[in-house]
Amino acid sequence: MNFLFDDDQNMLRDAAKKLLRDKATFESAHQHMDRESDYDKDLWKLMIDNGWLGIAVPEEYGGSGMTYLDLAVVAEELGYYYAHTPFSASIFGAVEAIMTAGTEKQKHEYLPKLVNGDLIGTLALYEKAGRYDVAGISAEVKNGKLNGTKLPVSDGLCADVAVVAAKGTKGLSLYLVDLKQSGVSRSLLKTMEVTRKQATINFENVDAILLGAEGEGESLLEASINRTAILVAFEQLGGAQRSLDMARDYAIERYAFGRQIGSYQAIKHRLADMYVKVEMARSNCFFGAWALTSSADDIAEAAAVSRIGAVDAFAYAAQENVQIHGGIGFTWEADPHLLLKRMKLQEALLGGGGVWKEKLYKVLSSKQAA
Amino acid sequence: MDFNDSPKEAAFRKEVQEWLDANAEKRGPDDSSALSMFSERENPEMIAECKAWQRKKADAGWACITWPKDVGGRGGSLMENIIFGQEEAKYITPANIFMIGLGMAGPTIQVHGTPEQKKKWLPSMLRGDVVWCQLFSEPAAGSDLAGLRTRAVKDGDDWIVNGQKVWTSGAHYCRWGILVTRSDFDLPKHKGLTYFVVDMESPGIEVRPIKQITGGSNFNEVFFTDVRIPDENRLDRVGNGWSVSLTTLMNERMSIGGGMGIGSEMILAELQRVAEDAYVDGVPAKENPVVRQKIAEFYSRMKAMELTVNRTLSALSKGGMPGSESSIIKVTMGILLQEIAAFAMEMQGGLGAEFGEDASFSHGMWQELYLGIPAIRIAGGTDEVQRNIIGERVLGLPAEQRIDKAVPFNEIPTG
Ligand SMILES: Cc1cc2nc3c(=O)[nH]c(=O)nc-3n(C[C@H](O)[C@H](O)[C@H](O)COP(=O)(O)OP(=O)(O)OC[C@H]3O[C@@H](n4cnc5c(N)ncnc54)[C@H](O)[C@@H]3O)c2cc1C
Repeated sequence: MNFLFDDDQNMLRDAAKKLLRDKATFESAHQHMDRESDYDKDLWKLMIDNGWLGIAVPEEYGGSGMTYLDLAVVAEELGYYYAHTPFSASIFGAVEAIMTAGTEKQKHEYLPKLVNGDLIGTLALYEKAGRYDVAGISAEVKNGKLNGTKLPVSDGLCADVAVVAAKGTKGLSLYLVDLKQSGVSRSLLKTMEVTRKQATINFENVDAILLGAEGEGESLLEASINRTAILVAFEQLGGAQRSLDMARDYAIERYAFGRQIGSYQAIKHRLADMYVKVEMARSNCFFGAWALTSSADDIAEAAAVSRIGAVDAFAYAAQENVQIHGGIGFTWEADPHLLLKRMKLQEALLGGGGVWKEKLYKVLSSKQAA
Repeated sequence: MDFNDSPKEAAFRKEVQEWLDANAEKRGPDDSSALSMFSERENPEMIAECKAWQRKKADAGWACITWPKDVGGRGGSLMENIIFGQEEAKYITPANIFMIGLGMAGPTIQVHGTPEQKKKWLPSMLRGDVVWCQLFSEPAAGSDLAGLRTRAVKDGDDWIVNGQKVWTSGAHYCRWGILVTRSDFDLPKHKGLTYFVVDMESPGIEVRPIKQITGGSNFNEVFFTDVRIPDENRLDRVGNGWSVSLTTLMNERMSIGGGMGIGSEMILAELQRVAEDAYVDGVPAKENPVVRQKIAEFYSRMKAMELTVNRTLSALSKGGMPGSESSIIKVTMGILLQEIAAFAMEMQGGLGAEFGEDASFSHGMWQELYLGIPAIRIAGGTDEVQRNIIGERVLGLPAEQRIDKAVPFNEIPTG
């Protein structure tokens, strides 16, 4: 038994930190906030050049066939350094959905392009009802044509292809939809977090290619979202660690009543609690990464505990980071609100603690029954 | 990263299972006793049972798996130790009354003891022939342990000790104790301490039981009146008692944090049992979404704690001392189990008020756990002290401003 990352991953982490420290700064995030359809194109290019997009994709589909442990390490650093690129939507979302549900032909057709950056992918699941189960979806595919409206769609303004959840003739199904075709109209959706742009996408009689078996959408989504959730949990973990580090540094730098504020227990103990939550979340995320890599039977449980831990830790750390900064923490100019908003976005997009606790309860009950 | 046993570990686990099967009875699915924390005051028969089990383990080479072979241990790995613990928890075994000896005194003697001292104390400790207690806390020295005032004065080849210790778990059945005293009141508080091993049958030692909130009585007051301790029972140098105490405390956090044997699967099974029998709003509790989500959340947090223990041990296996990381476990464990027990009682509705073995749910085990938990949050460094440790040693935050560190001990203001 070994419950830590190996040397390979530690080296990859160092390399990722080195690159992101310079290139994925809060300063650049601030600059991007006011622009409409933008993401950090320079950083995206560097990620492509470094082969990060295909880390966990098998070589036969154009990836480098490393492990999900490696991808998890990169995910955490992307979260830590507040990257604003379509990495999450395209790699953790679309690639995982295609890997889970796609036919061999579809994998060969799409994955190499997603991995080399020729295509940007995303997931288009939610609609006005705010959920993506059968009852919450009204988008429909008839005779291969999709009609409906999806929101929010992550990086929906720049994406080239979306995995769409819609009703087919046999029930909820997944579809691959080319977003460059006519009949697709997109607009910026106003969101709290403005560095990772979200979109409303309207589909009017557009071509939709079935992904996986028809009517199997719910179980396919369940399987692929579990995988996405583990990877996003690492991003959240990174964000939580960043919030903690930022608050800790400020507690050392800032004086009040003739002392560093970090010497007051009200602050010190809160930072200790942040640290504890982050470390607990980290342990569950490790379980997630390991399940993705080596223990498929554990993925559903591991995804839920990763997600529950990461949502909780990031929420606490981001909120208290604002608090520990005092007045400056409430300003647009300072950085803590960026993490706070990213935290809320990531919580909303895959479901909060309650959703995942309900899922976990079901997984555990069926495990017990077996 | 590999959460599974390596082939060598799997073989070890199998060997452990085979031995346990042959020597102990497996816990039934309805047996909630593993959650029980405090028993009635230990009587001689109980102690004899505990000792017999420890001796059995020692004879088969399972006692002190990580201790070096030359002091009677197995010379095994931390992971093997975890494996043994995981497997042993599945069987009905007597209470572990050896934690202070094996988890704290033993490691301290290994670091600070002379070869003669190791030979004198470790083998009988390991075999469970002799049980150990910890004489640290005093009425005016708990969190602020270095404020202790039990006085040790050199007299020829002996020391004469006078003072009072308190909260001493197991003093009534232990033969040996680890004892911190003040040998110099004129030095600053951390400098004037000296650490001893004391024979609890020495003349002048009086042990009086203290009744706990659980109704039981597992800890005591211990009075020292002109107790003679031979100098050969001193650990490390005169005046170096604080550094020796820190070794003990570090190991204490580790054993309280990691060694409780209450796991996520066990908590899940026990909570489910209550949720099946209890009703909320006229439906079985397990159909209530709030109940379900709470159970899932508790499982997730328990899992995180277990995995954090494992992660810490993986790091330790690669070299390194038990560090401040064990504070994370200690500070998480108490409050989490308190929430869990409180929730299990809430599910029971009015019957949550019951107490004792005849209670309607789980033989009253939740109530017992609930009352026992404050001990975890207080003993071995309170939650607040652990947060200070995390804040200052892990996060590098500035220390509290203090007025007691540099002045002679006898000039420090007291309440
Ligand atoms: C069940 C049990 C078994 C025990 N067994 C033993 C034993 O075998 N041997 C032994 O030597 N001791 C034992 N103890 C004693 C235990 O170590 C002490 O109770 C503990 O260290 C706290 O000390 P105290 O009781 O003096 O509380 P205090 O130190 O007076 O603390 C009172 C409150 O003040 C808080 N506080 C104190 N200092 C600070 C600070 N700097 N910052 C913030 N808050 C602070 C504490 O967290 C606590 O909430 C046991 C205790 C219990 C409950």
